Amino acid sequence: MGAEVFAFYLFALSTITGGLFTVLSRNPVHSVLWLILSFLSSAGLFILLGAEFVAMLLIIVYVGAVAVLFLFVVMMLDVDFASLKAEMSKYLPLGLLIVVILLMELAMGLAVWVPADGAQAARAAPTPIEFHNTAALGLLLYDKYFLLFQLAGLILLVAMIGAIVLTLRHRKDVKRQDILAQIYRDPDKSLSLKNVKPGQGL
Amino acid sequence: MTEIFSQLFFTIGGALSDLMSSNFGFVLILIGQGLLMAVFLLLSAYFLIYADRKVWAAVQLRRGPNVVGAFGLLQSGADMLKLVFKEIVVPAGSDKFVFFLAPVVSFVMAILAWAVVPLNEGWQLSNINVAILYVFAISSLEVYGVIMGGWASNSKYPFLGSLRSAAQMISYEVSIGLVIIGVIISTGSMNFGAIVAAQDTDYGIFGWYWLPHLPMLFLFFISALAETNRPPFDLPEAESELVAGFQVEYSSTPFLLFMAGELIAVFLMCALTSLLFFGGWLSPIPALPDGVFWMILKMGLFFFIFAMIKAITPRYRYDQLMRLGWKVFLPFSLAWVVFVAFLAKFEVFGSFYARYLVGG
Repeated sequence: MGAEVFAFYLFALSTITGGLFTVLSRNPVHSVLWLILSFLSSAGLFILLGAEFVAMLLIIVYVGAVAVLFLFVVMMLDVDFASLKAEMSKYLPLGLLIVVILLMELAMGLAVWVPADGAQAARAAPTPIEFHNTAALGLLLYDKYFLLFQLAGLILLVAMIGAIVLTLRHRKDVKRQDILAQIYRDPDKSLSLKNVKPGQGL
Repeated sequence: MTEIFSQLFFTIGGALSDLMSSNFGFVLILIGQGLLMAVFLLLSAYFLIYADRKVWAAVQLRRGPNVVGAFGLLQSGADMLKLVFKEIVVPAGSDKFVFFLAPVVSFVMAILAWAVVPLNEGWQLSNINVAILYVFAISSLEVYGVIMGGWASNSKYPFLGSLRSAAQMISYEVSIGLVIIGVIISTGSMNFGAIVAAQDTDYGIFGWYWLPHLPMLFLFFISALAETNRPPFDLPEAESELVAGFQVEYSSTPFLLFMAGELIAVFLMCALTSLLFFGGWLSPIPALPDGVFWMILKMGLFFFIFAMIKAITPRYRYDQLMRLGWKVFLPFSLAWVVFVAFLAKFEVFGSFYARYLVGG
């Protein structure tokens, strides 16, 4: 068994273990930590595939940002998870049914799956040899499919602005800070020194 | 007699070179290099603590550590031993596994990022194409040590401290990422060797990225302060508000791991500043050769600035910190990325912003 095969089984096993315990563990914070293990090992699988750029993005975006937010929310939730877990047996038959359906769909799909001509060759060399895959991805996104990429970004921007507009409300009854006014405040105008005689006061 | 010896020597030498060219030998060499790097980091952490305290003391007109060993050089070692031999107190009701995982994560991540950082041309454990992304990814994982430590302590102050700290570290990661993108656009590569090579121009010190990316240098350095929880942004451990933040319940070796991890992360930021903006191992004086000496010198200089900032600035207020990160640094660095992309694409100022034109 070569080092690559060993690494593959290591990452694959820890991805599956992570996923399994994300569902099974009793403590939601532990669930998120297992999920992070799962993300990290999938990044390892990407590296084995030779897609180092995607692997790094997976770590930066999912582990570095998304999972942190998950962890934030889960830590601050005040839900009685024990009672939620107790209802698990109630939904177990439905869950198993969904599992069976998914497995059947996968099996049916795989049974009739015929790889296209030349797919094997395309898989062996996803990018031309002289290209790093970071550069290849950059060329695809920013040169070849520039318009589509920008449109996708625009849709995300619209969604973001929409979310802000929907949740923004100007409250008149709250005192707000004007930072620039604070920074540019002149000490001479707001403060005066008085020479107070002893025993007299102001 | 000598023939037998030379024969023996030849056989052993041959076996050794066979071993070293095999897979097993490769792994052995890799482990050796890793250990060498770890020893370098731990030794520098040892002396950085000392330097930090000496600078701080000098600013406050004190002597600093001066009792243990000559000039107090052994003070860090004494402190380390003291911490190691103390009792590990585990708070009742804490999540024990996560409680001990947290300091290990923050220490391991700090060391792990150094796997791709070169100290000289080719002096790095692993020369990968996406090196700078790797450093960015690993340093974004450091926040987990803080969050997990704060949560697992099962206590209010550590928890509040860890939430604060996580928000702070994530916010400043964004602007650090955008600053790095500017440098990547100028270079056309994410490899540290290529980034340093791109700064090796005929203009010497004025060809380094500090000049083309001057505003970003300041932005990067301030973000690095916030990212590593150094003063004036050490809000996670603000003792006047949170006792000691996420570290409240930690004692002994786990605390030592947190502290060492933080210090090594600071040192990483010094290395990144000198690699990205100050030409890494390039010599500032044309007559002198490039080399690891310059890299170490630059890192030391930036650590000195880190220490001086710690000594002379008061702590930021938390809402101001967040405002600075999201409302000042983020728009500014984003605008700079667009600006640099424009200058590089249309080759304004020739190859000043587009170093890949001249084969950097």
